[in-house]
Amino acid sequence: MSSHQSNTFNSSDSYVVSEELKLAVEAAITLERPLLIKGEPGTGKTMLAEELAAALGAPLIQWHVKSTTKAQQGLYEYDAVSRLRDSQLGDSKVKDIGNYIVKGKMWQAFTSDVRPILLIDEIDKADIEFPNDLLLELDKMEFYVYETQETIKAVQRPIVIITSNNEKELPDAFLRRCFFHYIKFPDAQEMKKIVDVHFPNIKPKLLEQALVRFFELRNVAGLKKKPSTSELLDWLKLLVAEDIDPQVLRDADSSKAVMPLYGALLKNEQDLHLFEKLAFIARR
Amino acid sequence: MLIDFFFTLRKYELKVSIRELLDLISALERQVVFADIDKFYLLSRLIMVKDETQFDKFDRAFADYFKGVSSIDLFNKDIPDDWLRKELEKILSDEEKEQLKALGSLDELLDTLQQRLKEQEKRHQGGNKWVGTGGTSPFGAFGFNPQGVRIGQPNSRHKRAAKVWDKREFANLSDQQLLGARNVQVALRKLRKFARTGAEDILDLDHTIKATANNAGYLDIKMVRERHNAIKVLMFFDVGGSMDPYIEQVEQLFSAARGEFKHLEYFYFHNCVYESVWQDNNRRHQDRKDVWEIIRTYGKDYKVIFIGDASMGPYEISYPGGSVEHMNEESGQVWLERIVSHFDNVIWLNPIELQHWRYTMSIDYIKQLFNQQMFEMTVAGLDKAIKALK
Repeated sequence: MSSHQSNTFNSSDSYVVSEELKLAVEAAITLERPLLIKGEPGTGKTMLAEELAAALGAPLIQWHVKSTTKAQQGLYEYDAVSRLRDSQLGDSKVKDIGNYIVKGKMWQAFTSDVRPILLIDEIDKADIEFPNDLLLELDKMEFYVYETQETIKAVQRPIVIITSNNEKELPDAFLRRCFFHYIKFPDAQEMKKIVDVHFPNIKPKLLEQALVRFFELRNVAGLKKKPSTSELLDWLKLLVAEDIDPQVLRDADSSKAVMPLYGALLKNEQDLHLFEKLAFIARR
Repeated sequence: MLIDFFFTLRKYELKVSIRELLDLISALERQVVFADIDKFYLLSRLIMVKDETQFDKFDRAFADYFKGVSSIDLFNKDIPDDWLRKELEKILSDEEKEQLKALGSLDELLDTLQQRLKEQEKRHQGGNKWVGTGGTSPFGAFGFNPQGVRIGQPNSRHKRAAKVWDKREFANLSDQQLLGARNVQVALRKLRKFARTGAEDILDLDHTIKATANNAGYLDIKMVRERHNAIKVLMFFDVGGSMDPYIEQVEQLFSAARGEFKHLEYFYFHNCVYESVWQDNNRRHQDRKDVWEIIRTYGKDYKVIFIGDASMGPYEISYPGGSVEHMNEESGQVWLERIVSHFDNVIWLNPIELQHWRYTMSIDYIKQLFNQQMFEMTVAGLDKAIKALK
């Protein structure tokens, strides 16, 4: 562990860190374990890694996982096609197989000079075997390159942050190696802090009214996708840009009008219909 | 000390292993937290629990271990949330608070509570004796009694009790809860099976390299078909009558299924399946589909899901002419058996809670016809159902 980096993770001017999260990050760094993060979509899972990197002054290496991603791709890839092409063109590079080994994200993280943060984003998107294939690499922080017959070992263990949206269950063996933190949806007070961080100059009246309406909307039964933090922030941006009077929001409360710009909060056609219908009933 | 804690967690059916225990001990040794019970709670949860659906269990185990109170879970089942629903609140003045008599020690309170729970069968609120919401009895939530036991109250109104783990704020993440739109989608996604069908339009790189090598270095391009979700699903919905309370749940399941499966056919029936079903509820008497035709049309590799409460008179299943709507020549049992034996994977999803199943004879009957493949319509139940379908 390099001495000039600290282990503490505090709220910054763009991200609010809860006590829980702070402890989770500290424990994961101290015990050198990967930290698995879950939470509703839009609660800032990916942001966390970016902010942590900024707070610790560490480089961030992001590995975005897709349904076709293989574990091997994170280690290295052997670019057989360009070697084949070079051989047909008679290029002398072709003699050294090392020229065709493309480093993956984990390799980059292992050989970084400063202790980096490795973000494995949306691990649940990949094949079921994907986490299992990474067990040894995450445990020992080393792997073997068959083509060049060398072992790549981490200079210093990177801080590993893994996010998941719960689309697949992760294997037990994998989970046992991780620490687990669930970002729960912020309550009204925490939400106010988050908004303050993003919009320091917002009028208190407007914010108060907007938050009341926002949590009301989240409580509407039968919504398919409840609006989350990122949607709230988008909506506030619009409210500020349009310079909406807080009075309008309060009027909506007394059921005279529909909430302004609600399209930013509801992303689903059925939800919009439901909401419009409810507003219509309330107005009568 | 931690060994006992560890076994308490296991007693609450948390899947913790030695590895996690060692991790926790080493975290304590390195003083990640020190002499702070709230932080210890967070730390042990971080290390011991790997799934938010287990948080609620953990909270109860933690409370159990650190209070020495063998929790409020008296008869191996929770007090129904419904009971404690906040509908009524009594606002007491300070004088009134003074007047309330404290009822003795904690043990006494718990004994009395147990007694009351045995006597009490129904939801109750107000008053000053029974467990419920908003009263001045020492038991229940949203009331006031200085010596009270608080059950299921979301926040501490009189600032007298409650550590974080008591709030049980993760209760609705528990996998025993009913389905929500996203839950269903995620659960159904597990049923995906990818197969290559259709035109060969993707370059198969590995195969191409091999073929090219075999071909002494001259390019030999190989193509493959794209992968698609190849699962085919038939759904049968019970509609009308006793299913009305579950409409919302069933709708959610249906809309999630429709988004997830390309090959999805659905049919409706009432109470039990007989010789025909229908696809359009407005034209249920004109456009009926013969069950024989369904069996002939759809291959046995279709996954079949029945959704219904399976609650009816047993004769509606077992006797010819038992249907409440028409004269059926063959019994429902015969028709159900035909469907079950034709398809490889058939399951029944029941929106009624598992604990009530044994009170209805027909549920057991149908469960047997379905080779015990009947599941509760909760997240955990749906997970089991999907496993059974695989």
